[in-house]
Amino acid sequence: MPLTALEPTSSPSTTSLSFQDLLFRLQSFWAARGCILQQPYDVEVGAGTMSPETFLRVLGPRPYSVAYAQPSRRPADGRYGENPNRLFKHLQFQVILKPPPANIQELYLESLAAIGIDLRRHDIKFEEDNWEAPTLSAWGVGWQVMLDGLEITQFTYFQQCGGLDLDPISGEITYGLERIAAFLQDVDSIYDIAWSLDPLVTYRDVRFMDELQFSVYNFESADVSKLWEHFSLYEGECKDLLAGYQEDFSPEALHKGEHHDKKHESLLGGTRDDVAHPEGSSHAIDSAKGRFPVLPAYDLCLKCSHLFNLLDARGAISVTERVGVIARIRGLAVGVAKAYISQQNVS
Amino acid sequence: MADCLFEVGLEEIPARMIASAQAELAERLESLLAEARLLASRHAVASYSTPRRLAVCISGVLLRQSDVQEQLTGPSWKIAFKDDQPTAAAAAFAKKAGVEVPDLQKLATSKGEYVSATVHRSGLPASQVIAEQLPPALASISWAKSMYWRKGKPERFVRPLRWMLALLGEEVVPVEFGGIRAGHVTHGHRILHGDKPIPVPQPSAYLSVLESAYVLADVEARRQRIRKMLDAETRLQTSSVSGSRWREDHNLIDTVAHLTEWPSVIAGTFEREFLTLPEEVLVTVMRDHQKYFAIEDASGKLAATFLAVLNTEVDRVGADIIRHGNERVLRARFNDARFFWDTDHKIPLAERVEMLKAVTFQKDLGSYYRKTESNIRIAGTLADLLLSAGLSLDKSGLLTAARLAKTDLTAELVKEFTELQGIVGGLYARAQGHGEVVARAIYAQYTPASTGDVIPQTIEGQILGIADRINTIVDMFAIGLEPTGSKDPFALRRAAIGVIKILADSKLPLRLGQVIDAAIVAGERRDVVALKTRVAGFIEERLAFYLRDVRGFAPAIVTAELATSHNDESLSIRDSVTDAIGFAEDLSAMRGSADFVAICGAFKRIKNILRQARYKGEAEAGNVAPLMLQQPAEIALDARLNELRGKFQIMIAERRYRDALVLVASLRPQVDSFFESVMVMDPDPDVRKNRLALLAEILNYFSRIADFSELAVG
Repeated sequence: MPLTALEPTSSPSTTSLSFQDLLFRLQSFWAARGCILQQPYDVEVGAGTMSPETFLRVLGPRPYSVAYAQPSRRPADGRYGENPNRLFKHLQFQVILKPPPANIQELYLESLAAIGIDLRRHDIKFEEDNWEAPTLSAWGVGWQVMLDGLEITQFTYFQQCGGLDLDPISGEITYGLERIAAFLQDVDSIYDIAWSLDPLVTYRDVRFMDELQFSVYNFESADVSKLWEHFSLYEGECKDLLAGYQEDFSPEALHKGEHHDKKHESLLGGTRDDVAHPEGSSHAIDSAKGRFPVLPAYDLCLKCSHLFNLLDARGAISVTERVGVIARIRGLAVGVAKAYISQQNVS
Repeated sequence: MADCLFEVGLEEIPARMIASAQAELAERLESLLAEARLLASRHAVASYSTPRRLAVCISGVLLRQSDVQEQLTGPSWKIAFKDDQPTAAAAAFAKKAGVEVPDLQKLATSKGEYVSATVHRSGLPASQVIAEQLPPALASISWAKSMYWRKGKPERFVRPLRWMLALLGEEVVPVEFGGIRAGHVTHGHRILHGDKPIPVPQPSAYLSVLESAYVLADVEARRQRIRKMLDAETRLQTSSVSGSRWREDHNLIDTVAHLTEWPSVIAGTFEREFLTLPEEVLVTVMRDHQKYFAIEDASGKLAATFLAVLNTEVDRVGADIIRHGNERVLRARFNDARFFWDTDHKIPLAERVEMLKAVTFQKDLGSYYRKTESNIRIAGTLADLLLSAGLSLDKSGLLTAARLAKTDLTAELVKEFTELQGIVGGLYARAQGHGEVVARAIYAQYTPASTGDVIPQTIEGQILGIADRINTIVDMFAIGLEPTGSKDPFALRRAAIGVIKILADSKLPLRLGQVIDAAIVAGERRDVVALKTRVAGFIEERLAFYLRDVRGFAPAIVTAELATSHNDESLSIRDSVTDAIGFAEDLSAMRGSADFVAICGAFKRIKNILRQARYKGEAEAGNVAPLMLQQPAEIALDARLNELRGKFQIMIAERRYRDALVLVASLRPQVDSFFESVMVMDPDPDVRKNRLALLAEILNYFSRIADFSELAVG
């Protein structure tokens, strides 16, 4: 698509950006501004923030800029495809700028122009909206961006993630794609959004069945006892991995030279001989550290988080239990974040 | 002399924090200049703000501090000079003061002779002082929530700093903060002006320069402009309907003024069919969720029109686009609300009582179902007390209200609009035919939400409000969750103030002790006596807060009133909120009486004498032995005391507190002459003991209604 096509149009009625065009334009816009384009993470998440591309990449000192669309599943928000504004699974477009450039707000406003919003004919406000994710032990401050009274974006400066203070901080921009598309196309129901224009395929054509069926599953047929079982299996494995990392690579373990624990011999693989010697080179320890499956541990944590959401939608978690289960997931997320940082310090 | 202008440019500051930050910045710059002796006696301070900037302009700033001579005092002369020869101490002091030893002078003081030095300090340029002292002042502005944004986390502020403008006259003051160095430029409206920086030639040009860049930096000017435009749009919209007006909302005006740099107003409409929804729901959606103003007709009924305040100025096409966008959002929200309203009615409130078993109130206290049960018991007890006091009320209506009060927590509409809890219950109760008594009590159960709020207007609503709150307080205390320090996660302090305010404004003849007892017996409690003491102490502390900070009584009055030991609860003034207020008024009024003030002074003296006697190991004073009284003044005082006793007792029982205070004041002649002619600490231990006993008797007897010594002057 020629760049001239990105020029703002004067009114939404003359804009007929399809849902996929909207995604293309945001991707090209941010790619042209130095972002890596990632694809959606393929484990269920409740928000783009939970993708490792955000949750893990914002940790530590290394600069990183990334943009990706992320289907976000919130079982309790499902409405069997009947509500024009609510979805079990919606698509977020997530941009992480680490560290945030001084002109981050201006860049964001330019991105709106790139999707056909002429700000001279709209009302835009940045209204305070701080973000907090107790399951991730993460928080930040920022705004909800209001366009003509509609919240179209969450804009957050992350301050803490996985219980760790961030330095540098990251700027996160999360576009609600369905809302923006419905706004641009001036349709009252998300299901009437044109996903593509030629041929005309609507959001309903693409998504209705999974909204309906997942609502049935999430609210009616998901097997609560199995969900709990899955939860404890995933939790158990995640915990074991984190404990293994601790045993092998915590400062105390390294100090005692006990990082050749039998349980993890297979993980340490080729470096086993080096590691077996307490006086082994730090290079060997580093490469053993680097092999350790921290990223899979995070996937397991994400699984738990999604199962929690499912159990919640099934009404299987009392308010009393809720706090406790959230704390368990937070424990995993915090453990992963710590291990990830320790692993980053390798090189 | 010159004007000084400072502006800090930020990414959008949260609207709720702007007003106080603006005031704080102005105050900090002014006091910094004042302390640095850089303010002319006639100076003026003006401050401004928009979402993207805080600014202060001070006129009458001196360009340079005047030179000063300072007299420094050093060690004593004897130490500094031995045999007229300077010692090391003299040399050290001279060095510290920056003078030569021969320049040291002798200074004679009441404490002896000291070494002193006269130091000349030449004044610093204002620019240098501001550049040095403004950054720390800026850093110490307090924010409800702040953030780091720079690598290495050198400073926190509410949002990232983007520019600074600092001028003294036409010169830039080199202030540095947050990695930014102040210059002579500012920035205009993001969209209407764009990114191009705008020079400000001198402080006085600030407002006009910004105005030409589509920024009204004066908050009051924005408020005025918004009001005018709301008026104008209302007229345009409703030209056919006379008497229409936009619904006044000072808080909303403030909020939108702090969300805009260049406000304008557009009107939008919504489908008339939404007007069948309760007004409370419509207004909540418009005001709280969308920050729109509602329009009402002459009779106060809502019109199907709203007014939105924009942070821009647009042409006709733009206005249509923006109107259309806002209408879309509002329609979607109203549709949601209507959907919830309709589906909620499918399960009537009465059937929802059972559903409360699944709604946790607090994990150790169980569900709202359990809370509802005890709320009903407490409301019943309080109703009986009031009925037996001769008041009329609908007890069965009250109990129904208590039973249904929490059921709206299961309603979808409340889950969506949590601020409507109670209100929605009331509306549903009315729609489901429970009658006005029930509906109004449920509706108003959470009022007053603040000290400025009104209390429930019906007696049943007042009782329900008291019962619900005292139940929460006692429940939480029973499991050890009372507020500590700044932590009050269950808002128990606010709940206590709610109880006090309802009692104060309704004048219901309920005593605090009765209210607490009703809640204590309503549940299974252990250590009942200790529990009651703790709750009563907490409520009393809140009562003191209420009298002082809400009703504005002098702290000494409140202390005097509440510092009494109340052995007999039913006689205790502070056990009744209305008595406590009335008595505080009486005490305040009595402070104008010379006799009363003198008596308070005498009580303080008595207290001191008794304390000293105890300290010296005097035996505890027992009863006064009338035959041991020797001097006329002590005999007269004892007689007066005995004469007043009975009257005082009756006045207290009849709650004639003002008369009782006058009575206490009337002791003055006898007390004065006692202190003039009688020596308490007589050499004869028995006489001494008897006199102490007389004083103790006076003190203890009258202190039952107040600790008068607190009101002594000086």
